Amino acid sequence: MQPLRRTDYDFTTAVADHLQFLYKMKVNLKVWRQKNNNTAGKLVEYGLDNISPDMSFLEMFDVLNGELTRKGEEPVAFDHDCREGICGMCSMYINGRAHGPQTGATTCQLHMRSFSDGDTIVVEPWRARAFPVLKDLMVDRSAFDRVIQSGGYVSVNTGSAPDANEIAIPRSVSDEAMDAAQCIGCGACVAACKNASAMLFVAAKVSHMAVLPQGKAESTLRAERMVAQMDAEGFGACSFTGACSVECPKSISLDHIARMNREYLGAKLTSENMQG
Amino acid sequence: MAWVTQTLSSSLGRKVVMSLTGLFLSTFLIVHMAGNLQLFKDDGGRAFNEYTYFMTHNPLIITVSYLLYTSILVHALMALILTRHNQASRPVRYAYSHPEANSLWSSRNMGILGTVLLLFIIIHMRTFWYEMHFGSVPMAEYDGKQYKDLYAVVKVAFAEWWYVLLYVISMVAIGFHLAHGFQSGFQTMGIRHPKYTPIIETIGTYFFAIIIPVAFAAMPVYVFLQVHGII
Repeated sequence: MQPLRRTDYDFTTAVADHLQFLYKMKVNLKVWRQKNNNTAGKLVEYGLDNISPDMSFLEMFDVLNGELTRKGEEPVAFDHDCREGICGMCSMYINGRAHGPQTGATTCQLHMRSFSDGDTIVVEPWRARAFPVLKDLMVDRSAFDRVIQSGGYVSVNTGSAPDANEIAIPRSVSDEAMDAAQCIGCGACVAACKNASAMLFVAAKVSHMAVLPQGKAESTLRAERMVAQMDAEGFGACSFTGACSVECPKSISLDHIARMNREYLGAKLTSENMQG
Repeated sequence: MAWVTQTLSSSLGRKVVMSLTGLFLSTFLIVHMAGNLQLFKDDGGRAFNEYTYFMTHNPLIITVSYLLYTSILVHALMALILTRHNQASRPVRYAYSHPEANSLWSSRNMGILGTVLLLFIIIHMRTFWYEMHFGSVPMAEYDGKQYKDLYAVVKVAFAEWWYVLLYVISMVAIGFHLAHGFQSGFQTMGIRHPKYTPIIETIGTYFFAIIIPVAFAAMPVYVFLQVHGII
């Protein structure tokens, strides 16, 4: 326990803070259960009490799975890995929103204090043709991997490391690239989009390389190939509703979508690829 | 030319077709509204009929009108193709969804708004365009020259309250359609810049989504009030 510092807390707040663990919530969950991709799924209700408001949403699911296991029932399958908001594995559509009611955060960074005692919480998997449900709340997001494989890279000659600062990059440009490179590929953009479009994801990947000198050499090919793969995976088109950017845990800007449109149209008009 | 068809059938290419036709239709609205302001001139329809004559006889206008008809058809057909594709991209829908938390209603319902507008265009063209080109329109004479009196057709049509209401509702739809469509059309073509996007958004919101629909809606309302002797 941290020692109390009178400058930070008054006594009442400090006591209240330290007694917080006594407060428990009740939640009523409606969770999508689906055996596999070949069977139909349905929403199943589970009641949980003794939920601490300081639990993350995934920890609440751990509690649920513990109870299910003790009852001899099959636990709910859900994706998770780092639980620090940086890996992009967690993927729940909570109460009608990708990653839940919070903006700029993944499901693992969502805490139960964002809900009220007695709330009913509906949890569904990402819904998209390109993201087939594997089991319960787990979806197959390998479509994103194939989009990356089609052009989301920079070809380099391996050898000794280049000198630092050999290529001068203005700070504003590297910031722009970093903003796009923050994308963790969780798929919230696809989940939130009314068209299940992957535009924000692909745009972030196209953008973070297109703005840097190292990525410029292959930018034409990259835009053409990544958009072609995006379409081949069965994602929808962009209606520019902006839902993706709002629900994106990394708040990737719509600027990148406009840049990808620019890159793609430029590529199509100038590349010597006659076959498309 | 495989690259052209391939580009235009990609998801981005299809949106560019929507953007180009949509923005062309938006510029048409400016001309159409400016011209039809003649209806507010209290001269028994002379200015309006002379303007109508010009619009149906000027070779440049006639050429552009074919581009206009094509644009409407391409915009509507492409919207249908895109909507089907987009719906197929999410075969299983969410049981519970809160899209209003992250996007505007108009941006999510361009298809519904567009359908209302397409129906409106069909009715509108049947009432005026068809009558002008293939129907029987009474003649009017100004300075010894014969003009088709389309103003008379306008007065008959806008004397009906339900027809006026149809126009006003359709103009609300066009306002919402353009509030999203005009500015996102630019984004589709990659035009997004801190200097210009705010200008485009302002034009889209105030001019295309408010001023133009209000001016258009004012026309049937004005003629209705005039015909019934209220003003």
